Amino acid sequence: MAHHTETGESFREQEAPVRDYQEGKKPTQEDERAKKFNDLERVIRRYSTEAGQLIRILQKAQDIFGYLPEDVQAYIAEKLEIPVSEVNGVVTFYSLFITEPKGKNMLNICMGTACYVKGAQVLMDTLKEQLKIDEGETTPDGLFTIKSTRCVGACGLAPILVANENVHGKISSGEIKKIIQTFRKGESVENQKH
Amino acid sequence: MKIKSIEDIEKIKERHLPLIKQRLGYRNGLGLTQIMVCSGTACSSSESREVRLELEQELERKGLQDRARVFKTGCFGFCQYGPIVMIHPGEIFYCQVRPEDVQELVEKHLVGGQVLERLLYQNDSTKERTPSIEDIHFFKAQRRIVLRNCGVINPEKIGEYIARDGYFALADVLLHKNRDEIIEIIKKSGLRGRGGAGFPTGKKWELAAAQDLRPKYVVCNADEGDPGAFMDRSILEGDPHSILEAMTIAGYCIGANQGYIYVRAEYPIAVERLELAIGQAREAGLLGKGLFGTAFDFDIGFRFGAGAFVCGEETALLHSIIGQRGEPRPRPPYPAQEGLWGKPTLINNVETYANITVILRDGWEWYEGQGTATSKGSKVFSLAGKIHNTGLIEVPMGTSLRTIIFDIGGGIPGGKRFKAVQTGGPSGGCIPSKYLDLPIDYESLKEIGSMMGSGGMIVMDEEDCMVDIARFYLEFSQDESCGRCTPCRVGTKRLLEILIRITEGHGEMEDLEMLEELSYDIRDASLCGLGQSAPNPVLSTLRYFKDEYIAHVRDKHCPAGVCKALLEYTVDEEKCIACGLCARTCAAQAITGAPKQPYRIDPEKCTRCAACVAKCPKKAIQKGIKKDVGNYGKTGIYAGPGGTEDRATL
Repeated sequence: MAHHTETGESFREQEAPVRDYQEGKKPTQEDERAKKFNDLERVIRRYSTEAGQLIRILQKAQDIFGYLPEDVQAYIAEKLEIPVSEVNGVVTFYSLFITEPKGKNMLNICMGTACYVKGAQVLMDTLKEQLKIDEGETTPDGLFTIKSTRCVGACGLAPILVANENVHGKISSGEIKKIIQTFRKGESVENQKH
Repeated sequence: MKIKSIEDIEKIKERHLPLIKQRLGYRNGLGLTQIMVCSGTACSSSESREVRLELEQELERKGLQDRARVFKTGCFGFCQYGPIVMIHPGEIFYCQVRPEDVQELVEKHLVGGQVLERLLYQNDSTKERTPSIEDIHFFKAQRRIVLRNCGVINPEKIGEYIARDGYFALADVLLHKNRDEIIEIIKKSGLRGRGGAGFPTGKKWELAAAQDLRPKYVVCNADEGDPGAFMDRSILEGDPHSILEAMTIAGYCIGANQGYIYVRAEYPIAVERLELAIGQAREAGLLGKGLFGTAFDFDIGFRFGAGAFVCGEETALLHSIIGQRGEPRPRPPYPAQEGLWGKPTLINNVETYANITVILRDGWEWYEGQGTATSKGSKVFSLAGKIHNTGLIEVPMGTSLRTIIFDIGGGIPGGKRFKAVQTGGPSGGCIPSKYLDLPIDYESLKEIGSMMGSGGMIVMDEEDCMVDIARFYLEFSQDESCGRCTPCRVGTKRLLEILIRITEGHGEMEDLEMLEELSYDIRDASLCGLGQSAPNPVLSTLRYFKDEYIAHVRDKHCPAGVCKALLEYTVDEEKCIACGLCARTCAAQAITGAPKQPYRIDPEKCTRCAACVAKCPKKAIQKGIKKDVGNYGKTGIYAGPGGTEDRATL
């Protein structure tokens, strides 16, 4: 376990900004990051008492950071006293975990069968064309990320676009263009249809 | 108050029974109007929450809050016509209620005492509007056993579940029965696993109960990964306590004190309702220590999936629950022998659990009388795709596809022809029209090359290309293959490559043989259910729609007009009025033309988005077979129309 203690110390050094922040200095980007690590620490403390909660911790970590960069994975591995490779193995296995920062708005096209036969591919093509990026990519301005998602289970309303958390049913290419424009204007869209 | 005896739950039942009875159609002079608003995922995404809040506010504005109350309820199954609002007494069924309609609805129905015709369900063909749920064709052929509480109770109130005889089965089991008796009842009922493979549930329980190792665990598999299936989600959202009760009974029978529900993170409403239900059950003493005053303890925890289809496979699920990569392992040992942390673990699917309390309440004799010789009870299917009424239905086992698709589902919209129905998700197959009258159960579906799966049914019409559908499913399976065993990891990749080749017009006739051979290899050599069933979509489409494959390979033609690489859009020069609308619409700038001259589409630039087709006022743009078929790749083979014959002349 010598290895663990070693890297553990190196981590404590990285945590230094936490102390600065607590001393009431002007918050910087680094401070914000330190605050996130603080939140993560709390999550880990809450769940690590129970066995087998790695996935839950990773989900919470992703909620905090928006994605799971290498240092976050290493931090979690350290705290749980498991190899980083194991954490990374889990992160890369599940499709909900991402290791690159995502855009401000997630546009998910449901690619379940029901949506597919109702033209989800056309919607995906529209999205790609409108934003000039490919699936899984983020626009250079950091506003949008496109993803395809597995069935969200609202097949009665196919085809479906999930914009951030909102499910938009029976959507058309035209509506997608409108939603993109609304987001561009910095407004959050409410469910437009129905 | 902690519930300690049957009398305690009787009291709760009595308190809530008048509400429930009125909802079931009794005229019990309650003096209260109950407004049930569906709060399932589908209705929620069409603003049912806003409708509910608006209703509450409107009642307050009109000073009606003492005479009428608004309740959340679970899925009615009629998702396409959501949000659904049902008003009791009278069982008036309103469809597609929008927040703007609320004022008029309250004014007319509650103040005026009249039915608001405008919002009633309208029959598409007769244009008649019907106020009663029983007159709607969609509900006529259904028998709701598993979904008995969805749409009746408020899933967020434990009292309403108890009023529907909830937790009575548990009380009876704990206080009056021994475990072998219960397992025997489940075995005799003939209940089989609803997750897909149809393993006899009683046998599973017996095997888990026979293990000596302690502790044991009970797991509920709520990782509903099949695209197009949402019955488990609806049960969890509409009747969460039925799952908790059944898991507790299972725990008692096998000797476990801890249960886990493994649920998809994509189902936030289901998770929320479950969390609430678990909290209420703990508070009422229906979960926790010393249930009903006995020495039996049981509690239930959560584990979340993180988006991996393979985790629906039970051994993979076990790995995922303990926070590892969800990779399957060979069986035996079965999870009932060696499961979570190496301990005996009973894993059942949500819908399977939802059957347990019904069997215990109404008796195995009754249950055994439902369904077919080998498959008992009912099955919930989710209908989707090219069908009039999409949604969730429950029918007895042995119902024919024709009844489901044309009777309940209302047939194919737009006067199109039925082509196939896909059951069982990526593990199932496409069933052609000749089997429409086959009574469906586990065995019959298997015989015709598909499977029950979790119960997703996607209907396809003449505009769906079966080769493309096979490719779609293979893409899914390939993407979701965990990579643990080679036949699945490499085999599905190769299968997919061949299918892509065919849909892009580069296929050879030999490819069809290769597809079949490779499919059998993958099926026979893969480690888990995912790999073993991944070739099913290919095999079933090859079996029933071989002509479509041949058309793609030999004639380089996609009969359904789906495969883009085999299409070409052309302007009918006689119809073209040179308005230029198409050229302005085209994002790829593939259309050129000049005033008074017919426009032309450059096939090189054309992305086949069909935007121009929609814009053309004269319908002059046609979809056709790609005419010039050039040299394919480095092979130098001219694979023009006519295929092998032409090739021979070269």
